[in-house]
Amino acid sequence: MLFFEDIEVGQRRELGSFTFTADGIKKFARQFDPQRFHLDEEEGRKSLFGGLAASGWHVGSVCMKLLVADGLRQAREAVARGEKIAVWGPSPGFRELRWIRPVLAGDTISFASVVESLRSSSSRPEWGILQGRNTGTNQRGELVFSVLATAFVPRRNAGT
Amino acid sequence: MNTLVFEDFKPGHLGQFGPRRVTREEMLAFAAEFDPQPMHLDEEAASRSMLKGLSGSGWHLCSVTMRMMFDGIIGRTASLGSPGVNELRWLAPLRPGDDLMLDVDVTEARVSRSRPTTGVVTLKAVVSNAAGQALCEMVTPIIVRRRHDVGSGQAG
Repeated sequence: MLFFEDIEVGQRRELGSFTFTADGIKKFARQFDPQRFHLDEEEGRKSLFGGLAASGWHVGSVCMKLLVADGLRQAREAVARGEKIAVWGPSPGFRELRWIRPVLAGDTISFASVVESLRSSSSRPEWGILQGRNTGTNQRGELVFSVLATAFVPRRNAGT
Repeated sequence: MNTLVFEDFKPGHLGQFGPRRVTREEMLAFAAEFDPQPMHLDEEAASRSMLKGLSGSGWHLCSVTMRMMFDGIIGRTASLGSPGVNELRWLAPLRPGDDLMLDVDVTEARVSRSRPTTGVVTLKAVVSNAAGQALCEMVTPIIVRRRHDVGSGQAG
């Protein structure tokens, strides 16, 4: 992951893609969101979604999964360059989460993240606060998911 | 079986639901699959993190909240889905073994402009631990079928 000082507003990262299978959609739904249109193909077809649809929380969790994987990739690259690794802090939350279109069984969603704002933390001087717009786009190029997420990002020279 | 429809949702407190225990095993399994950051997986790294100890993924807490909302309300509501979440705040860490309680309020209920056979019910959900500390707060609209529409085209 990058340090606060290395990040600029407008920077975009492609996070990779994920294919939602019928089995994966149902497994997540059985545990966390057993609404009928997330569990059964026929119920999905009869619903507003028009097919077996992934829980929105499943889509958000997969976005998180790809964000973390991208962070690990960046950490490995930093190590290869002989640089210090930035370990990001927790997130205080998010705003404007939109499930714009259904994610149906078989859909492949490509996720990306764009930096929207950066500010220093008044209560925690060793951290900066980043707002990023994380999005998911399906195989037809349609935006399906968007969220404005906040995270604590370490400053390069914290504690020195 | 009384299915809740749009007209059943009035602004005010809807109910309290739970408890729902989140075990260490469940926490670690979710983090391993969706959020494998050291602060969610490794005791030693977690103790050095801002959250000072092993904590559950925020997306796990969201997903458990969804399940508690399903078990409490949405499972017996003529719900057609949700367009999103207006705001979500993670206020305190989820810890292994936490017994969660869910409080739900209706903040707004209005007929949908684009789909008049439905209404949009905005819910505010607060999840707290057994000590009464709020861990997560979210405001989310759900789309609910209106009463006159429920009987049409459906048996019983």
